[in-house]
Amino acid sequence: MAEPQKRPRPSSHRRIVGRPFRRVDGNDKVTGRTLFADDLDFPRMVFVRLVRATVPHAAILEVRTAAAMAAEGVVAVLTGEDFQVPFGIMPVSQDEHALCPDRVRYVGDPVAAVAAVTEDQAAAAADRVEVAYEPLRTVSGIEDALGHPEPRIHDRGDGGNMHKRVSMRFGDTDAGFDEAQLVLDDVFFYEGSTHLPMEQHATVAVPEGEDGITVYSSTQTPHYLHRTLAKVLELAPSRIRVVATPNGGGFGGKSDPFNHELVVARMALCLGRPVKICLTREEVFYCHRGRHPVLMSLRTGFRADGSIAAQHLRTALDGGAYGSYGVASTYYTGALQTTTYALDTYRFDGVRVFTNKPPCGPKRGHGTPQPRFGLEIQLDKAAERLGIDPADLRLNNLLPAETTTANWLKIRTTGLRRCIEAVVAGCGWRSRYGRLPEGRGLGLACGCYLTGAGLPIYWNHMPQSAVELRLDRGGGVTASCGEIEIGQGSDSVLAAVVAEVLGIGLGDVRLSVADTALTPVDLGSYSSRVTLMVGNAAIEAAQRARTLLADAVAAQLDVPSDDLVFADGRVFGAADVDRGVSFAEAVCVAEARNGLIVTTGSYTPPRSPGRYRGAGVGPSPTYSFSAAVVEVAVDARTGETETCHVWIAHDLGAAINPVLARGQIEGSVYMGLGEALMEEQTFRRLPRHRSGALVHKMPSMLEYKSPTFGDMPPVTTYLVEDPDPAGPYGAKEVGQGPLLPIPPAVANAVFDAIGVRIDEVPIHPHKVLAALESRERGGEARFGPRQFPEVDFGETLIVPTPAEGGDGAAINDWRSRMRS
Amino acid sequence: MSEVVRRLEINGEPRTVAFPVHHTLLEVLREECRLTGTKHGCELGECGTCTVLVDGRPVLSCLALAAEMSGRSIETVEGMADGGRLHPLQAAFADLGAAQCGYCTPGMLMAAKSLLARDPAASRAEIDDCLGGNLCRCTGYHLIVEAVEWAARELSGAAGARPPREVFYGAAEPVSDDG
Repeated sequence: MAEPQKRPRPSSHRRIVGRPFRRVDGNDKVTGRTLFADDLDFPRMVFVRLVRATVPHAAILEVRTAAAMAAEGVVAVLTGEDFQVPFGIMPVSQDEHALCPDRVRYVGDPVAAVAAVTEDQAAAAADRVEVAYEPLRTVSGIEDALGHPEPRIHDRGDGGNMHKRVSMRFGDTDAGFDEAQLVLDDVFFYEGSTHLPMEQHATVAVPEGEDGITVYSSTQTPHYLHRTLAKVLELAPSRIRVVATPNGGGFGGKSDPFNHELVVARMALCLGRPVKICLTREEVFYCHRGRHPVLMSLRTGFRADGSIAAQHLRTALDGGAYGSYGVASTYYTGALQTTTYALDTYRFDGVRVFTNKPPCGPKRGHGTPQPRFGLEIQLDKAAERLGIDPADLRLNNLLPAETTTANWLKIRTTGLRRCIEAVVAGCGWRSRYGRLPEGRGLGLACGCYLTGAGLPIYWNHMPQSAVELRLDRGGGVTASCGEIEIGQGSDSVLAAVVAEVLGIGLGDVRLSVADTALTPVDLGSYSSRVTLMVGNAAIEAAQRARTLLADAVAAQLDVPSDDLVFADGRVFGAADVDRGVSFAEAVCVAEARNGLIVTTGSYTPPRSPGRYRGAGVGPSPTYSFSAAVVEVAVDARTGETETCHVWIAHDLGAAINPVLARGQIEGSVYMGLGEALMEEQTFRRLPRHRSGALVHKMPSMLEYKSPTFGDMPPVTTYLVEDPDPAGPYGAKEVGQGPLLPIPPAVANAVFDAIGVRIDEVPIHPHKVLAALESRERGGEARFGPRQFPEVDFGETLIVPTPAEGGDGAAINDWRSRMRS
Repeated sequence: MSEVVRRLEINGEPRTVAFPVHHTLLEVLREECRLTGTKHGCELGECGTCTVLVDGRPVLSCLALAAEMSGRSIETVEGMADGGRLHPLQAAFADLGAAQCGYCTPGMLMAAKSLLARDPAASRAEIDDCLGGNLCRCTGYHLIVEAVEWAARELSGAAGARPPREVFYGAAEPVSDDG
């Protein structure tokens, strides 16, 4: 391989942003000082254990608690009768109860809760709660749910066991397919997987004052938890304080308000003493909210040059027992198909069904890795059929910057071309793709992700993020923000941005975060929103403080305030460096002049041009892009796929801290490889004589296979920087997007290695062997689903595209026209 | 439930602790001794998160009975720094983003420390092998391996040697194809 030319790095006069620095929570994390929720201890604290359903679908006839109540150490037992008010993360899906009042919907659904003086006592007493059930038919999967509308798992939704169905068409897809020279029709399946954060969920609730409560919890969304607690406990929000403790990993799995959080809060209020729960690892598998299993039908019409004239995607999501984020998840399976390649017309139909399994929800990439898997494999198939190199097929059809897509998403900057060029050059694609020895292969795929959702979970016009700064006379700055550190480095982003603007050190910034009583609202660590939204709010707050200080110092030194520089802990004249004051003195001068220096900054995303029903899912201030090449070795005797190397390039706009950005990218690669090759949240039937229940196949870390040190191939990571005007210092998201290209790149590499298509994940050895055997028998050189079920998706919204002169609204929906 | 009393030596500090006889070392460290730096991920011996050192060897504290720890030297993450000075492994983990959420970090640090004590020049394969029983969901592992390698160089006296630029910035982006 010739040594590729290197792109020069942009130089920077910045002191902190853009340079690698020790994360601000680094010392605490390596010394054991970081306090996670289960590390908290309070005087008189008692412990809760939940009693969970042992059957997948049943009416509750009776919950007998007397024996548990009489057990040693027990101080309280609660049941569904104590929780009349339903909840759920989405306003349209208020379908959960803290403890099931009358029906259980999956093995693991909480029915009762026992509090005792010790954890051992709570666990022993929980075993003495007896629940009498009347079984109902179990709904086990997508086809089962579609084929059996009765009994309904919920009395709400879009009929039978359909939770949500959507249908929308952007442009004249029929004409597009007529125009196409090659139409590919494929069915793909993406198995469900779970987040598996190393930290088990834990919550401590502590009574405060006369009638208040503080809830410490490992949650990614303290603001939404705050609202849910107020609703379920029927308590004024002012009496509730939620403190999100640093999350020991989240990945989306701690984004819902959970049963156990509500239960311990109610217990603490009843008992007047602190109450803690820490879920067992098995229970974490039941909480789930992970990747939806999705069956997909993808039909795409290509022109001879590989450009796409029309696409029709149909998705069916196995949602599990409750709504969770599922309405959004359903839309997300269709929303981002249009953002990477020029696509003239597009149709999307989606349905989410209820099944008697733990609820699915948002996992890293939320609803988008599944259709991305189908799209990127189908592009590979089209390239083969059209005789175009897969890299060129993509490069020739890239969506340009500053485009409004067929489904009305506004794309701003895109570094996808540079991403593809980087991985193609890095892996030696031009000389190696299609030319490696049998059993060895390269696969390419791309991806795109949001930098924060355009809309909040509940409808409102307020900012999505806010930062408050208070400057003290010693030159310290306290930055308050509702953002929550889940490992992604959000604390470091906040501190770095404030320190950069004010020209002080990271150590001069003290953080107060994730506390609904003390910090302004940030909506939470989800949808890759934090760096952009918190960063922009922090810049605004810091610039306001800087202006106050500059005006005061300018008056004192008699220099124009515009000439003042804030750097190295000083405020000084640009022309005369010696003429200046320390930052602490500047604060004192400003405080003497103005009173206490407190400033705020807020961020609200721009409005999106789409105005059709469903247009709220998909918009973002800007999008990140990624490309990956995976090299694999496939053993045709065993069917085993080994990853040999991954090249990943991610357009992150600009890195706030490159070493942490690299960690986010490689962590995404890791999780993508896990989903591609091994991870699956699956279920099995117990034998009939043992109740026939539908149970989790492997609720343990040993049996749920995830990649270890030995499974990780070398990874070459390229940070592609092209500052985006929408982001703080040009930064876009980096925490989720890089997962997206990995699973399809693995599947495409398997094809390059041995010539068979595996159209589903995980790519287990038996699937590879089945595809090889099928080919040998003269059948399809493929493994994967064959059929997509018949689904009534309801009336299709007709939305003219920007190219057709549309206005962003549907022509056949009077409601969206009324709004416009 | 019967209680036992044991004299335990934790991070060089002897202390007498009473606890239920069936309690694991993990429980006694976290609950009776309030040393919550040691974390738990499964309490079944599957994830490595609760790794501590017993007489210098890594042990899954969720599978060890505290009652059997008399007279043995127990080391946890709280005992790793020298006063206010971080151990080179800790510093490397903090600087290289080897700790993201930080939850698996104490266990990783303990396992890595025992390896470097045995073999300061451990190869990448040996690091992979030694840490293979510790799961991390955040990093993709490479930053952890690089942190251990960097700390090893530091410990063996090669002070001042910084990891190469791509460790911090990612690989240099190629602009043209190698055709």
